[in-house]
Amino acid sequence: MNKKIYWALVLGLMVNVIVAQNCNRKFKGIVKDFHDGTPILGAAIQVETSKQYAITDGKGNFTLKNLCAEKLWIVVSHVSCKTIRIQIDPKKDVFKEIRLEHHIEELNEVKLRGEIDKKTKTSQETILKDNVLQRYSTLSLGDAIKEIPGVSSINTGNTIVKPVINGLHSSRVLIMTNNVRLQDQEWGIEHAPNIDIGAAGSVSVIKGAGALEYGGDAIGGVVVVNPNRIYTKDTLYGRTIISGRDNGRGYGLNTNLTKSWDSPWYFTTQISHKRAGDFRAPDYNLTNTGIRSTSFSTSAGYRKFEYGFDVYFSHFKNEIGILSASHVGNVEDLVDAINSQQPSTIESFSYDINAPKQEVSHQIFKSNYYQRFESLGRLDIQYDFQSNSRKEFDIRRGNRSGIPAVDLELITHTLKSTFKLDSNSKAVYKLGLSAGYQNNFPNPDTGVRRLIPDYDKYDLGVFVLGDFKLNDDLVLDVGVRYDFNRIDAQKFYQISRWQERGYDQDFSELIVRQEGIQYLTNPIFNFHNISASSGLLIKRENSSYIFNYALSSRAPNPAELFSDGLHHSAARIELGDIRIDQEISNRISGSYNYQKNNFGLNIQAFFNHINGFIYIEPIGVETTTRGAFPVWEYKQINASLFGIDTDINYNFHEQWSIQNKSSFIKGNDLTTNRPLIDIPSFRSVSILRYSNPKWSGFNLELQSEVVLRQNEFPNNNFNAFILRTGQFILVDVSTPPPAYHLLSLRGDVNFNISKKNDLTVSLTVNNLLDTSYREYLNRLRYFADELGRNFSIQFKFNY
Amino acid sequence: MKNFKLLGLLFVLTTVVVSCKNNDPAPVNEAEVITTMTATLTPNGGGAAITLKTKDADAGGPNAPVVTVSGPLAANTVYNGTIELLNELKTPAEDITAEVRKENAEHQFFFQATNNIVTVAYADKDANNLPVGLSFTVTTTTAGTGTLTITLRHKPDKTASGVSSGNIANAGGSTDITQTFNITVQ
Repeated sequence: MNKKIYWALVLGLMVNVIVAQNCNRKFKGIVKDFHDGTPILGAAIQVETSKQYAITDGKGNFTLKNLCAEKLWIVVSHVSCKTIRIQIDPKKDVFKEIRLEHHIEELNEVKLRGEIDKKTKTSQETILKDNVLQRYSTLSLGDAIKEIPGVSSINTGNTIVKPVINGLHSSRVLIMTNNVRLQDQEWGIEHAPNIDIGAAGSVSVIKGAGALEYGGDAIGGVVVVNPNRIYTKDTLYGRTIISGRDNGRGYGLNTNLTKSWDSPWYFTTQISHKRAGDFRAPDYNLTNTGIRSTSFSTSAGYRKFEYGFDVYFSHFKNEIGILSASHVGNVEDLVDAINSQQPSTIESFSYDINAPKQEVSHQIFKSNYYQRFESLGRLDIQYDFQSNSRKEFDIRRGNRSGIPAVDLELITHTLKSTFKLDSNSKAVYKLGLSAGYQNNFPNPDTGVRRLIPDYDKYDLGVFVLGDFKLNDDLVLDVGVRYDFNRIDAQKFYQISRWQERGYDQDFSELIVRQEGIQYLTNPIFNFHNISASSGLLIKRENSSYIFNYALSSRAPNPAELFSDGLHHSAARIELGDIRIDQEISNRISGSYNYQKNNFGLNIQAFFNHINGFIYIEPIGVETTTRGAFPVWEYKQINASLFGIDTDINYNFHEQWSIQNKSSFIKGNDLTTNRPLIDIPSFRSVSILRYSNPKWSGFNLELQSEVVLRQNEFPNNNFNAFILRTGQFILVDVSTPPPAYHLLSLRGDVNFNISKKNDLTVSLTVNNLLDTSYREYLNRLRYFADELGRNFSIQFKFNY
Repeated sequence: MKNFKLLGLLFVLTTVVVSCKNNDPAPVNEAEVITTMTATLTPNGGGAAITLKTKDADAGGPNAPVVTVSGPLAANTVYNGTIELLNELKTPAEDITAEVRKENAEHQFFFQATNNIVTVAYADKDANNLPVGLSFTVTTTTAGTGTLTITLRHKPDKTASGVSSGNIANAGGSTDITQTFNITVQ
């Protein structure tokens, strides 16, 4: 194979020169896979009207010399690709990136593959590949994407991890898995995304709302989880990862197997299971913090270049224990918990998961069909169905701990279609349409008033995107999207609450009937949302710049509209407001990327102004028979967020490199001129790496993470009357915990067992010094420290 | 391929039709609510009982509970006390006292008085021979005014220091109900 290429190359260079006055132009370029940007080796680039041609090298590069300054047709061909024709006009030297649709050769080039293609060109997007994701196989998606500067998480304990992008989370971060928009009650801070990290092949994080294809309401950003890639070749391959960890005595197993044929049918399946018992802080056990998680997914399909289809099914189930000590009955209990500095319940290690706990399961069924129309583009049609079940168990009286206190069943159907007009590679358009129906059913058998009401939700979205290659160094993206949301809810309000909210004045027409001390109401709201984005990518020799502007609007979620009741772990009453309208964000951002020799630098900055930012804030105290509780109410303010994320790496020696990733963010409530709550503090991660390929691909890295104290926070402290002392006491729920510094160490080696099989063994120590610390963005920070030292080991077989 | 599209469309239509249920939801039959706590204090030597009552008619709603004390306590008197817990959202009212009695090992009442207005002692034991507080005695001495706070804790640590003698400080657990009553002894 190689010999042939050299021969062809030599031949290519020996091509006769047709002498003319201006025939000294060069046409340089790179040939990549149509789908994923893999460089293609051995592609032929031939001038149609002459005998001149060149062959691409291992990096996909080619050079055609001595071209005349006139319009030329070039034919690009490869043994396993569809031949294409392009026109060039070599008035000066030309550089071009050429995409070929690649059929067979893919598997051979897995190792050659450079960067997987990004979803966007002019957004702040970062991709995490499978080798990084696999490190987190006993953890979660939220833990993994913290690798990216500017991405953090808001946690409930250490197993409920919700991604935060540039300071925003929950309904403001949209999660796509396998091209399905995840609908899993994502409005709740204690609701982690129902995604198994073991099923992810790669994850793209797009900061801001630039990726309109996925939705117009991603004010924070989009997390795109892609499945493992399928190769259309007659083959059978798989991977198994076995991991164990010392803290929590946890283990994980994740395995996948893919069979594909030339035909080109394929079938793939993946299973993972992980389990851990009570985790441990340096000074005590964190009782009832175990987790049991099982997931399964399978897909099959037929993929020709011209048309194809896929069918996909996944099942995900999580049972998560919540720190026993975090269940508090009233403010007095909360004060005791805050003052005691350690959990009120500490028991010896156990795998048991008791109340309080969560049991969540999520199923996705998806089918899609695509067809390419020659010289026109590609049509995609997709239908997906999701069913999410969330059960939250509380410590209850009368043997009711086995009956969930929250029991929600969310069903979503989505039908969507896109048409990509890509016949002209300089101006690619994408048109899209999506329609969705959702039903939420809160089971009344809980014996607890519904947290979220019954509702039907209807969504309709239309978008147009344009991707223009103005010249070889300049790309312009523009897009607009319109979304219609209608929510039709049936909610019971206590009559006293209805009046206290002033709804009797404004919304009396919503009352259906009275039932005891409650009204049954039928609020129906329609929202019209416009979003738009435009971005510019400028390429220079060793650097590139991105500028992006995005307008996005998000309709309020059911919690913001309808919340009404006591929140146990926070000891507060949370109230929604049906007067709440959309929030509208204007975000501008700029990125600078520099890469030369051994040095790389990436700086991303953004400013986000949000009109009508929906925000929960304390408004007073209410007394019940359980005692007094602070009342937190959703309201709308104007807010601004500003941040800078940097990533610097330097290979200062053949085997040694250093990297630093830092992020800084500020959030302000412009209405009352205070800092926003739950804004991540300054975080800086430095890594020293050593790698020596001669020692079985040995890698070792030492990581130092510094997290400073958040000094800008709103003061939501309140005075509570403590019955047993007969005095008022200040309840400090606002002050962030002190700064902390963590060290971790990780090493891995890779053995080739046979030609096609290899084994990677890795060993990691987190929190090397067993440091006791608390994190501002952990909802259980009042009750317990974060995890202590953990040793983990992982075996990864590829076959 | 046309067949596939038709099949897909059919599937969508059927699932949408199936999931279009539009019945009115039923109100939740609230199980664990305690709307009302009544402590009845009967003089040891006989006489009219005094009641301390708190009732939260909208159970956790914005309206504060209504607290009533039927009258002053007499000085230098021992009262036998009992507590009744009700969920009056249901008709007839549900007796929560029985539930607490059944799970007495997991529950304990705490009584805290200010100004030494009264002293309270437990008059019952759970399965582990530890106090519950559904029955208790209240002893008055001299005349005066003060408050008495009654708190029911669920899953307290009854073996923690001082808890079995009525000190709430180390009890832990979560509060099911708590109320402060203004007391006059004359």
